[in-house]
Amino acid sequence: MQVTFYIASTIAVLATIMVITRYNMIHALLYLVVSFLAIAIVFFALGAPFIAALEIIVYAGAIVVLIIFAIMMLNLRAESVEEERQWLTKDVFIGPAILCLVLLGEVVYIIATSETADTAQRMVDAKAVGMSLYGPYVIGVELSGILLMAGIVGAYHLGRQKKKVIHRFLEKIEE
Amino acid sequence: MNTIPVEAGLMLAGILFVLGTISVLVRRNIIFMLISVEIMLNAAGLAFIVAGSRWVQPDGQVMFIFILTMAAAEVSVGLALILQIYHQLKTLDSDAANKMKG
Repeated sequence: MQVTFYIASTIAVLATIMVITRYNMIHALLYLVVSFLAIAIVFFALGAPFIAALEIIVYAGAIVVLIIFAIMMLNLRAESVEEERQWLTKDVFIGPAILCLVLLGEVVYIIATSETADTAQRMVDAKAVGMSLYGPYVIGVELSGILLMAGIVGAYHLGRQKKKVIHRFLEKIEE
Repeated sequence: MNTIPVEAGLMLAGILFVLGTISVLVRRNIIFMLISVEIMLNAAGLAFIVAGSRWVQPDGQVMFIFILTMAAAEVSVGLALILQIYHQLKTLDSDAANKMKG
């Protein structure tokens, strides 16, 4: 399991680096799918098979497909790749990358110097998750329902195309 | 049986989160910024799964399911906003949305 974990995490990091350096949006999304699949394997190695399945179904399936549909609706042309190439130059990367890598170094230092144990290699199966979800966390499930409802209403309201309203008297003049 | 140290899992989560942060800071295309936020949310969920695996409790996985729900709602509203911005401004440049001159 240890070898699987390290191989999958290497693939996840490499695929994510490819995502953040691509100019073409569809290529970036395909690398993102690879990254999500690798993280699903990491979840499986950590003993969470239910979450590994959810990662593939919801992240690599639903969310990525939703973004691809939105890109198809935007009807972008080949010029957008050139535009992205102009926006994303090497000197843009330097400042934010250095600052974030300093923060990452601090986090790695804190984690490496603290005393932590190994992960237990026992599986927490879907039954235990379900019992916990509908036991102590049931209020969270209800709040998630409200959140999803708000998401649906918000997406419908924002995504609606406003129809041009013409008064019925003006309509006759236009004819 | 060799086990996975907690440090390795947390460091993977940290690296993925930092990569997402760099991408949010660097990109000007709004769709790429949305994708980067997805990467960051996923990394945060990974940290929860590692902690849940350390204590052999289902709470970490429950938290991941909540993060998943939130990410799904966020991406739907975010894409609706992106479509609206694209119809109004005819570009995906996030710098173009500066009518208020902030």
